[in-house]
Amino acid sequence: MSEAAITVRHVSKSFGSVVAVDDLSFDVRPGTTAALLGGNGAGKTTTLAMLLGLLLPTRGRIEIFGVDMIRARYRVLGRMNFSSPYVDLPKRLTVAENLRIYGLLYGVRDLSARLRRLAEALDIAALLDRPYGQLSAGQKTRVTLAKALLNEPELLLLDEPTASLDPDTADWVRSYLEEYRDRTGATILLASHNMTEVERMCRQVLMMRAGQLVDEGTPRELLERYGRRNMEEVFIDIARARRIALKPRSGARRARS
Amino acid sequence: MSGERPFGPVRRIGAIVLRHLYLLRGSWPRVLELIYWPTVQMILWGFITLFLLGHSSWIAQASGVLISAVLLWDVLFRGQLGVSVVFLEEMWSRNLGQLFVSPLRPIELVAALLAMSLIRTLIGVGGAALVAIPLFGYSVFDMGLPLIAFFANLIVMGWSIGLMVSGLILRNGLGAEGLAWFVVFALQPLTGVYYPIAVLPEWLQGVAFFLPSSHVFEGMRAALFEQVFRIDLLVNAVALNVVYIGLGAGAFLWCFRIARIRGQLLHIGE
Repeated sequence: MSEAAITVRHVSKSFGSVVAVDDLSFDVRPGTTAALLGGNGAGKTTTLAMLLGLLLPTRGRIEIFGVDMIRARYRVLGRMNFSSPYVDLPKRLTVAENLRIYGLLYGVRDLSARLRRLAEALDIAALLDRPYGQLSAGQKTRVTLAKALLNEPELLLLDEPTASLDPDTADWVRSYLEEYRDRTGATILLASHNMTEVERMCRQVLMMRAGQLVDEGTPRELLERYGRRNMEEVFIDIARARRIALKPRSGARRARS
Repeated sequence: MSGERPFGPVRRIGAIVLRHLYLLRGSWPRVLELIYWPTVQMILWGFITLFLLGHSSWIAQASGVLISAVLLWDVLFRGQLGVSVVFLEEMWSRNLGQLFVSPLRPIELVAALLAMSLIRTLIGVGGAALVAIPLFGYSVFDMGLPLIAFFANLIVMGWSIGLMVSGLILRNGLGAEGLAWFVVFALQPLTGVYYPIAVLPEWLQGVAFFLPSSHVFEGMRAALFEQVFRIDLLVNAVALNVVYIGLGAGAFLWCFRIARIRGQLLHIGE
């Protein structure tokens, strides 16, 4: 059994001749927050989808808590959850109906009490009887976060958790996630374009470019390595290198994800 | 945090059924739509029956044959549509990604689709059958136990086609959603809904033999005209349906696997 919460070894994903992820390997330790960074088309969303089992890798091995996600994902899916502003909940159902359904899918014990606690903690009690489709972007983010926390996941995968949120709501979401991680010992892996968020929340940064892992370390290590003052400048350095590196290989094009 | 609670599959299937019952509860036009078309069809064929009673000795022998036929055909059609539309609801709402990062298994989604199809068919066709009693003085329920056998075989065939159509939509995207509304009608002329299979050219009778519905409608006419329940036709229909439902579920699960290879579960939707 692996000690890591997430183990990725030599994972590649191709869509026809398009290589979206190329020989990716990394570990994420339990109880930490890690960030998957990279420009558009770097392969972050593809990687998250493979970690969730929604997408089968072309080759390689993915383990979550030591469980093979390709062969035995149902042994571990109940211990993890996911939130993304790009994957909706049913719009015509109310917030309470949506959360009840997902609570049943995850087999949450004392579901009514759990919903009450989450509604209070995430300040969505007043939204429970409203259709999900009528909520603002910020309200939807809090509701999908409530859905992602229903089963008190040991592993939380987040795709741009603060995208399209105002600074106040974004700060509130980050604080809530930090509190949840510290209280439960959960592992969080997030894909983000927000470098302030990454510097604040993450102990491990995985830098992707054109489907490959090009660098890895703590924010402090990366700042020192690139001689920069903040992660945004590090990100730009890597993006500029991307333009240089992205010469077409024979028979393969790079993906945009 | 971890560990499977008892009755997990039943609870997850129930969760998906509940999701679609919430949808019906929240929109009375959706419920009305379920009853509307079967009732309109039944009324149309009811009046045709009234007209033909004075002009056709065949209809005069069993006045309920056309109303029974249209209601039973709707069991097949609504059974198929129920599976496909409930699946389409998940695609329209871009919910497949959320569903399949939960512990829900594809086979459990299939079971939930079938359960919702049964509920929708019972509401739609059951409503129309009840309206026929005061309107035309004909109750399809008078067929008794054979009706259960006819209903079960037709809805299983509908489920099989519904699963195949849902798989095709998953594989090809929402551009293929029209299949849900018209594909089953290609089988109607071969099924002998309103006429005996013997009417078909001989080579088409050979094709019709491989449709469970052909045996059901032949059985229905035997029950209404001769008051006999043809066990041989029932056995044929059941045997074919075992193959059909296996093919339907297999096709859906295969298309699901293709969707996981292509990454369609995360992105597919309106």
